[in-house]
Amino acid sequence: MGLQRKDLLSLEELTAEEMLLILDTAQSFKEVVQRPIKKVPALRGKTVVNLFFENSTRTRTSFELAAKRLSADVVNFTASTSSLAKGETLLDTVRNIEAMNVHTIIMRHAYSGSVRLVAQNIKASVVNAGDGTHEHPTQGLLDMFTIRECKGSLAGLTVTLVGDIIHSRVARSNIHGLIKLGAKVRIVGPATLVPRSFARLGVEVHTNLEEAIKDADVINILRIQLERQDGKFFPSSREYATMYGVNARRLKLAKPDVLIMHPGPMNRGIEISPRVADGPNSVILDQVTNGVAVRMAVLYLLSGGENADENVN
Amino acid sequence: MKTLIKNARIMDPASGVDKPGEVLIEDGRIVEITAANVHTPQKSDRVIDAQGAVVAPGLVDLHVHLREPGEEYKETIASGTRAAAAGGVTSVACMPNTNPPLDNLAMVELVFSKAKQQGVVNVFPIACITKGRKGEELTEMGELQAAGVKAVSDDGEPVASPALMRSALQYAGMLDLLVINHAEEKSLTENGVAHGGFMAAKLGLAGVPRSGLEIMISRDLLLAEETGCRIHIPHVSTAGAVRMIREAKARGVKVTAETAPHYLVLTDECLAGYDTNVRVNPPIPEASDQAALIEGVLDGTLDAIATDHAPHSRREKEKEFALAAPGISGLETSLSLVLTALVATGKLSLLEALRRMTVNPANILKIPKGTLAVGADADIVIFDPEAGRVIQAKEFVSQSNNTPFDQWKVKGRVLATLVAGTPVYIDATFAGNIKK
Repeated sequence: MGLQRKDLLSLEELTAEEMLLILDTAQSFKEVVQRPIKKVPALRGKTVVNLFFENSTRTRTSFELAAKRLSADVVNFTASTSSLAKGETLLDTVRNIEAMNVHTIIMRHAYSGSVRLVAQNIKASVVNAGDGTHEHPTQGLLDMFTIRECKGSLAGLTVTLVGDIIHSRVARSNIHGLIKLGAKVRIVGPATLVPRSFARLGVEVHTNLEEAIKDADVINILRIQLERQDGKFFPSSREYATMYGVNARRLKLAKPDVLIMHPGPMNRGIEISPRVADGPNSVILDQVTNGVAVRMAVLYLLSGGENADENVN
Repeated sequence: MKTLIKNARIMDPASGVDKPGEVLIEDGRIVEITAANVHTPQKSDRVIDAQGAVVAPGLVDLHVHLREPGEEYKETIASGTRAAAAGGVTSVACMPNTNPPLDNLAMVELVFSKAKQQGVVNVFPIACITKGRKGEELTEMGELQAAGVKAVSDDGEPVASPALMRSALQYAGMLDLLVINHAEEKSLTENGVAHGGFMAAKLGLAGVPRSGLEIMISRDLLLAEETGCRIHIPHVSTAGAVRMIREAKARGVKVTAETAPHYLVLTDECLAGYDTNVRVNPPIPEASDQAALIEGVLDGTLDAIATDHAPHSRREKEKEFALAAPGISGLETSLSLVLTALVATGKLSLLEALRRMTVNPANILKIPKGTLAVGADADIVIFDPEAGRVIQAKEFVSQSNNTPFDQWKVKGRVLATLVAGTPVYIDATFAGNIKK
């Protein structure tokens, strides 16, 4: 069975089975990217457009590598420098790109729901590479892939998400995905950045970091977007580091084999201490490696691929 | 010119009448209301056979955006008043957030004169409270009132300064002009695009906290109480606002309030698909608010139901949710939504529902409308409250079809609308019932 859907817009709408299919397929592709020749012909002749309305280096590069390793033709479209500056609407921009007969559009955009709007209005597959503060499903999947790779399974694990939850698309995708795969999720951060209503999603809501990471199997530390703050949500990065910085002393409260994750880019010394970021528990670079394999799996399955093996072998 | 409406179920909330009978209209006014089969049809120039349908005062809508001048691509006085007629509405109070705004005599006279030439229902322009809706200087309310203005509002913008609002209440109060203040504390609401509850948080939409609306309402109630002046609270959408208004009324504060049909039938669950047609300001609240709003309509805390008819073109709605213009084109669905949500469910009698859409809003504006009294203007809606229909946005008479209610199955079909005795809307199924 492949993925019976045109688009990947959120983890909220995926079933556990669909997520496991993606993770299993990514496992096969991870083997591919460890070979000397890191390329399979699965998407030969197909065109993938990286349509980024927000700046991004790592996510765009990760998708670009994923598509190229599947032999797709890849076009990078940076919207801020082109049509939007001339007043074109989002749908007009996307319809123009689709008119060039592309198969898949990978889209990042500053507004929540924008990727869904596009997906509803075009025939091409659409992959959400981050829509506003809504979701970033491939980041959620690569986080889950990394956890599963290290721990064998997600069921029963305690995963703590630390930081600016309310403005985080990574947090939302993690929450939906992890809960469906049986993990226990805690969220923690200053009360101004942690929506209490998320208890309705089945997560534990904390404002005390030490309580939230006690006996945790995984700590996923979100980037504090200092450019977004200006003293309204917390007083200073100094106080944030004091109250919510994950450091070696606090790490002792978690399980000894706790995984330290971060979607990047890190503010070293603020949300994460350098010792923790570079320490033995850190899988931050593994996340980046796994990101390519997970995105290969998503592109492959959305383009109708079923059994990865024939393309892998 | 004599018009006879026969076989009518006459419903007039102002007098409490609900009985079969006939309405005789002469020269635009109601001259006689009688029992059935009293008049000889041959003596009338026009005979309308209602065939048992409800004959009620035309609806009075306190809160309508006609968009003219400035945004004629969304709606005009011509198209908006025809949409009103199609919805059974015979009087609209139109908001002054046009471009330029209705903040001086010339602009108000433009609306009066266009309404007279091109409109088909009664138009009562609401003028601005402050020049340019900037919240700095009062408009020339004396002159505006003399020209026929009944109410003032900076719709879409609150009068942020408490001192200026206090002054506006006193000055407008002296002229017996109704003050309608758009209730928003902008520091809490300016980034918000949806009700600040669980759904908005889940969807990553910036939320409007209830306090962002209620702080302004509580301030205005304090100012109205202190000055003894009238205040009208538009588009009430939260439980807290209903509670505060109820308490203020109990203390004798001269406050009236309205809510809109969309708040009575939608909850924030509707945000799930990011349909920009549910983007409206104030935002659609959650179920607990909706229950309080319905309670407020039932117990009279909320005096009136008004549409906040806010037409927008596709170019403002086919966009990212947060960038889409807020508003719903509501004139052609309000009666059906109220009949479906409140009357068919047994929460409110038909007569009481009509009271909140006719005589109550007319009394708030202090206009002699919303009644079938002998001598009143023959502004009348004929409708079948039981008839089922499917809302078809494509077929809206309004120039804009931004509605979240497309394809909804609802009750109530407007068969004909008369303004000063003249039919301004006739449903296709009803054309044969009107004989000249």
